[in-house]
Amino acid sequence: MIKAILIFNNHGKPRLSKFYQPYSEDTQQQIIRETFHLVSKRDENVCNFLEGLLIGESDNKLIYRHYATLYFVFCVDSSESELGILDLIQVFVETLDKCFENVCELDLIFHVDKVHNILAEMVMGGMVLETNMNEIVTQIDAQNKLEKSEAGLAEALACAVSAVKNMNLPEIPRNINIGDISIKVLNLPSFK
Amino acid sequence: MPAPIRLRELIRTIRTARTQAEEREMIQKECAAIRSSFREEDNTYRCRNVAKLLYMHMLGYPAHFGQLECLKLIASQKFTDKRIGYLGAMLLLDERQDVHLLMTNCIKNDLNHSTQFVQGLALCTLGCMGSSEMCRDLAGEVEKLLKTSNSYLRKKAALCAVHVIRKVPELMEMFLPATKNLLNEKNHGVLHTSVVLLTEMCERSPDMLAHFRKNEKLVPQLVRILKNLIMSGYSPEHDVSGISDPFLQVRILRLLRILGRNDDDSSEAMNDILAQVATNTETSKNVGNAILYETVLTIMDIKSESGLRVLAINILGRFLLNNDKNIRYVALTSLLKTVQTDHNAVQRHRSTIVDCLKDLDVSIKRRAMELSFALVNGNNIRGMMKELLYFLDSCEPEFKADCASGIFLAAEKYAPSKRWHIDTIMRVLTTAGSYVRDDAVPNLIQLITNSVEMHAYTVQRLYKAILGDYSQQPLVQVAAWCIGEYGDLLVSGQCEEEEPIQVTEDEVLDILESVLISNMSTSVTRGYALTAIMKLSTRFTCTVNRIKKVVSIYGSSIDVELQQRAVEYNALFKKYDHMRSALLERMPVMEKVTTNGPTEIVQTNGETEPAPLETKPPPSGPQPTSQANDLLDLLGGNDITPVIPTAPTSKPASAGGELLDLLGDITLTGAPAAAPTPSSVPQISQPPFLLDGLSSQPLFNDIAPGIPSITAYSKNGLKIEFTFERSNTNPSVTVITIQASNSTELDMTDFVFQAAVPKTFQLQLLSPSSSVVPAFNTGTITQVIKVLNPQKQQLRMRIKLTYNHKGSAMQDLAEVNNFPPQSWQ
Repeated sequence: MIKAILIFNNHGKPRLSKFYQPYSEDTQQQIIRETFHLVSKRDENVCNFLEGLLIGESDNKLIYRHYATLYFVFCVDSSESELGILDLIQVFVETLDKCFENVCELDLIFHVDKVHNILAEMVMGGMVLETNMNEIVTQIDAQNKLEKSEAGLAEALACAVSAVKNMNLPEIPRNINIGDISIKVLNLPSFK
Repeated sequence: MPAPIRLRELIRTIRTARTQAEEREMIQKECAAIRSSFREEDNTYRCRNVAKLLYMHMLGYPAHFGQLECLKLIASQKFTDKRIGYLGAMLLLDERQDVHLLMTNCIKNDLNHSTQFVQGLALCTLGCMGSSEMCRDLAGEVEKLLKTSNSYLRKKAALCAVHVIRKVPELMEMFLPATKNLLNEKNHGVLHTSVVLLTEMCERSPDMLAHFRKNEKLVPQLVRILKNLIMSGYSPEHDVSGISDPFLQVRILRLLRILGRNDDDSSEAMNDILAQVATNTETSKNVGNAILYETVLTIMDIKSESGLRVLAINILGRFLLNNDKNIRYVALTSLLKTVQTDHNAVQRHRSTIVDCLKDLDVSIKRRAMELSFALVNGNNIRGMMKELLYFLDSCEPEFKADCASGIFLAAEKYAPSKRWHIDTIMRVLTTAGSYVRDDAVPNLIQLITNSVEMHAYTVQRLYKAILGDYSQQPLVQVAAWCIGEYGDLLVSGQCEEEEPIQVTEDEVLDILESVLISNMSTSVTRGYALTAIMKLSTRFTCTVNRIKKVVSIYGSSIDVELQQRAVEYNALFKKYDHMRSALLERMPVMEKVTTNGPTEIVQTNGETEPAPLETKPPPSGPQPTSQANDLLDLLGGNDITPVIPTAPTSKPASAGGELLDLLGDITLTGAPAAAPTPSSVPQISQPPFLLDGLSSQPLFNDIAPGIPSITAYSKNGLKIEFTFERSNTNPSVTVITIQASNSTELDMTDFVFQAAVPKTFQLQLLSPSSSVVPAFNTGTITQVIKVLNPQKQQLRMRIKLTYNHKGSAMQDLAEVNNFPPQSWQ
């Protein structure tokens, strides 16, 4: 079972943190700090597995990967295959890449909620749900479309209301003189 | 009020903050704005506000006031709101807050929603943070969704079911019928999660496991699926680096492992497919290795045939030589798991493993160290130990303690010769001295005493070791003890094994004194050194005066422990000089077993000199504190059962009481000299109670002949009789057994008997047999009183009785004066 998924940058600032077991907020922050501390000390050419008494239990391992400025850390217990989790991290990053078009740290910073949604399609309750990248992307796109359509409706309405509010009806010419046709415009009450 | 800013704006603003304080200020301002917006119950912007709140929560700021808002979002009809609401619930709520139960109804409705994504959201949230109450309520819905044909929902329902089973194991049977068709799916996502569900069920309940093996014929199904995966060729949607859905393969292999464990039929059914996977998988990329790793673990765990096992170990051997650190780490881990069962096969790779000790990677080093200890045996002990000692020299501090303990254990089991053993231990002490665990010191001392012929050599080496450097406490402690014991051998230069060195008595005392003075020595070490100096007073001939001076100096030391020792040693010099040589004789060979019966201990040690007894309580095998090992076993003559660990051994301040505690539990069986008569220790200012008094029943093996019993009290139908017992060996102790009987028609309840004796006596009341005296003399209460009467005065006792009778509380005082003379003379 995956106990926690953390993404933080080279300075330890958390970019995403998801815990699959109930911990208090203080414990969560402490875990993030300690993980950063352990992982940042690692050299580049050592193995990607760390053992540490991180969350109290002794069979918890940290499996991490370093991509550019970000560390992706999965804290798992002994029931998960270490090499399998490494592949999972790779699939996760590739999925992010597909959803965000050449994902970089800024994307993760400004779209945290979207990253959470993608992660929710891959890992649920600490267990791996789906590993097929295309499937995940399809589902995410469908859900985003659903959101957009809802938002689109509401926004269209909001736009219409504000547009009407901003119309300055008194400025409509009273008399439209186009040559010999003379149209008299009615006196409409002002719209506020 | 103006519309709340968007999440993006907030993030941008926070990123411009240059200090932590600035960031905190911005966030606090925004939190205030969000709070007022929540108060206004604004539906349109709630979603935006909660999103911002979640961001701030991730940065570490408190966000609990948003919990109810999440619930409101979940209840909304819009998908956007629900999405953020459920995300917020997963991040901010967990089963410890009571608020989460309010979600149950919303989730229930959403599980039956028309849009699959909403159902998916609900399943996801339930699977992540559902508490056991929620799971119980919603398990039915989850089970229904498990049978749906929508693969998107089915896979989510499967994982949600796993979570439900984890929280409420009793509901496992509920999901059983739904699992029948799970493996017939084509969709890999569903297959994957179904395998996870089946794995969880099999791991939790052996009944389920048996059921799946026999009735469902799970193994053939899984084998079929695995075969399809391997043989199917290239399928673009499941491909990861050239292998078809490795995640599913790994999961199936794991489930096969659980099914095949300890079961011959299942194991046989999977042998072929395992061999196929092991040989056909490409190993150039990590995915291939992941599958192979899982295969190897499965092969080792089930009852596979030997050819297959050899194949597995060879794969692991290949892993060990791989350049990729991850693979090597994984290989070491699996070898550690298999070393118990296939020891010989793993031995073949010993040299590679030992090489891994020199790797730069900390994780690999740790694994290699554990594996090396598992591989040590009688044949390779010398070679392995050389490598391990070298490793101990160069490894990180976090390993040193474990490594040192491991080396000690290995050396103890397989040492080829005593000299080698002692050399090894000395090497450990000098290189990793300060990391050695506390119990190593007594073990080592015991080992040294056992190798009688090596005493001279040992003490010489130890002396040389601390000459240069006496900062490593365990080393200094052992050395001090040895020098104290075998100082005469050191000075006489009798060593055969090595070139004997010329040491004078003064030089030896110099080094011991510098240990005493040094700032680096702990209190324990100083204790050792002082005792060693004292012991040398009998072994050395010319420097006794110097020793006396040193000992008397420390009589006023600030350290209480040292002071006490010094004072006692002084007493030894002054008043008990005739006993000194007997007391400080050479220690006998100690047995490792806890019940010590050192054979040729000088019997006089135990009884006649209780003074040093106080701080030198008897040892018993591995002592938790090293203090206890000094003048060990002065009470050794008696077969003392080691109740010692329960009585803290290092409290010299309360000397008398400590001894009482110790001896209170001791059953002084046999040994006739066990109980010194109190008259021989008049100068000790403790209660004369020392060794008698508190001992338990077996003391009365020889009871004085019949003393008449008396009726101490008889009034209002309550009669109390005293019967006496005295022992020939302990004439000052009288054991009185009282019997209370009731001749009235009603019971006497809450009966309490209390007694008081004059100041020259001491009294101990044991607990009564019950507190109810039944009516009509149908039964009695018995209680035992022990009276100590060292001055043999006439026994007098005042008793107080309280009880409830006929609904009213009764109380009476009486004096008992009719004790028979035989009970106290």
